[in-house]
Amino acid sequence: MTAIAPSAARPSTGTVSKGLLWAQTMAMSKRSILAMLRQPATIVPSLIFPLFFAALGSSSFSRATNLPNFPKVDSFLALSLAASVIQGVLFGSVNGGAALAVDIENGFFDRLLASPTSRVSILVGRLAGSALFGAAQALFFCVIMIAFGVNVRAGVVGVALISLCGGLIGLALGGFMAAMALRTGSSEAVQGIFPLLFITMFFSSAFFPRETMQGVYRRIATLNPISHLYEGMRDLVIDGLTWSAISRALLIPVAIACISIPLALAALRGRLRAS
Amino acid sequence: MTASILASAPTTKVSTARAAQGLMIRGLRSILRLPSAFFPAMLMPIFQSIAFSGTFFAITKVPGFPTDRSINWFMPLGAMMGSAFAGLGLGFGLIRDLETGFFDRLRMSPAPRRALLLGPLFTAWLRAMIVVSVVLSVGFALGARLTGGVLGLISIYIAGLGISTAATGWGLGLAYRFKDLRGAAIMQLGLFISMFVSTAQAPLSVMRGWLHSVARINPITNVLRFARQGFVGQVTWANTWGGLLAIIVLGALTLTFARRGLDKLDR
Repeated sequence: MTAIAPSAARPSTGTVSKGLLWAQTMAMSKRSILAMLRQPATIVPSLIFPLFFAALGSSSFSRATNLPNFPKVDSFLALSLAASVIQGVLFGSVNGGAALAVDIENGFFDRLLASPTSRVSILVGRLAGSALFGAAQALFFCVIMIAFGVNVRAGVVGVALISLCGGLIGLALGGFMAAMALRTGSSEAVQGIFPLLFITMFFSSAFFPRETMQGVYRRIATLNPISHLYEGMRDLVIDGLTWSAISRALLIPVAIACISIPLALAALRGRLRAS
Repeated sequence: MTASILASAPTTKVSTARAAQGLMIRGLRSILRLPSAFFPAMLMPIFQSIAFSGTFFAITKVPGFPTDRSINWFMPLGAMMGSAFAGLGLGFGLIRDLETGFFDRLRMSPAPRRALLLGPLFTAWLRAMIVVSVVLSVGFALGARLTGGVLGLISIYIAGLGISTAATGWGLGLAYRFKDLRGAAIMQLGLFISMFVSTAQAPLSVMRGWLHSVARINPITNVLRFARQGFVGQVTWANTWGGLLAIIVLGALTLTFARRGLDKLDR
């Protein structure tokens, strides 16, 4: 599929037509998705682990739903859907970033640079792959949770919005991971960032409602944008369609992507200069 | 040190104790030589204790929860998780030794086979002691209260030793069989799942559904009860014997698993 690039005998430094740029980006995007699908061992944990945590939380904390200040929910599992999406996309993004780093480590990235491929399409293709995979993961979690009795009050539109949100989170986190991969060229370094992101998730309301937290921990969770992103998606599940929920679910990942994608582009420019 | 002990008598058998001591010292030195392999295992339980205590603080308000301090409930879990990873770390180290060929040199030395298991086991015990001590210090600094006195402290240390023994046997056994990083993934997954499908997050009286059925028969539940008893009440024989039995059985099974793996490697 990536053979599209060499077939276009056009210098990479020159102007690339929009059609060719689109074809190259699509080819790179398709390659990144196929690479993931060909290695189920890398994607299965990103689907299984969030469900495992959701099942654990649902059994361990189901009685906590009766506590004062706890949001009105049918079950704890309904709260877990949004957390599962964030966790799953986080796992998937790390794998996507690591795959880019592996391309750099094994020399495939240099071969792409030597071909008349647009440089931006290498990055955009990878990020598009992350976004598509994120959306697919979110849809997968919605389907599984609905099968286990979760009622998404925002209905089919809510499921579509959660899937879109999953895609945007994939894009946003994929930007950070791509930046890390391009800057370090090491898959180990990209994998090493995972605990940091996981910690960030723990210091948010993703695993337990912020309404029940106290003191410093609640203040940290309030400052953490992941809390607001999670609560946007959560409210689509437990409250239904509201502007507040939609805006938080969509605008926060877009805002994060506005930071991460320029970082990734800067890292790409840095690597091109170095090579 | 290891090389000098094992090479000191090229034609005669080195005593098990001496060879195990050499391997233990090597394992401890690797903490300084490769801190990136040990410190995450120490920081992870600290982080876990803090994060779980803060995130799941409200669970202590559920009627029937045995303590009103979330740190008292989650700190022993962090200590056990850290002890377990201290043991698993020896499995990761063994994979490295197998890949670099160092373990083949150990096998060719006159060191008794028992020592190849006991050395890492002693290292795991020392590492577990460090981890439990650090986690307890952080826990006390964050407000954990010892309700069971000195016996409570002894309980959590014995539980830490026990769970690190089981994790060492599990880690070494898988490393001997897989000989590469595939084994590392299964080590972590197996340990993680067995720890969490227990009373890791909530006591049996609070949980519902499938987890209650699984946690009730999971031996890790007994180990956690044993470890936690000094932080949620008084130390009693009723909360102790099940934990001790679980430690002995799990330790014996996993060390046998490791010994058989080593024997297979020799064949």
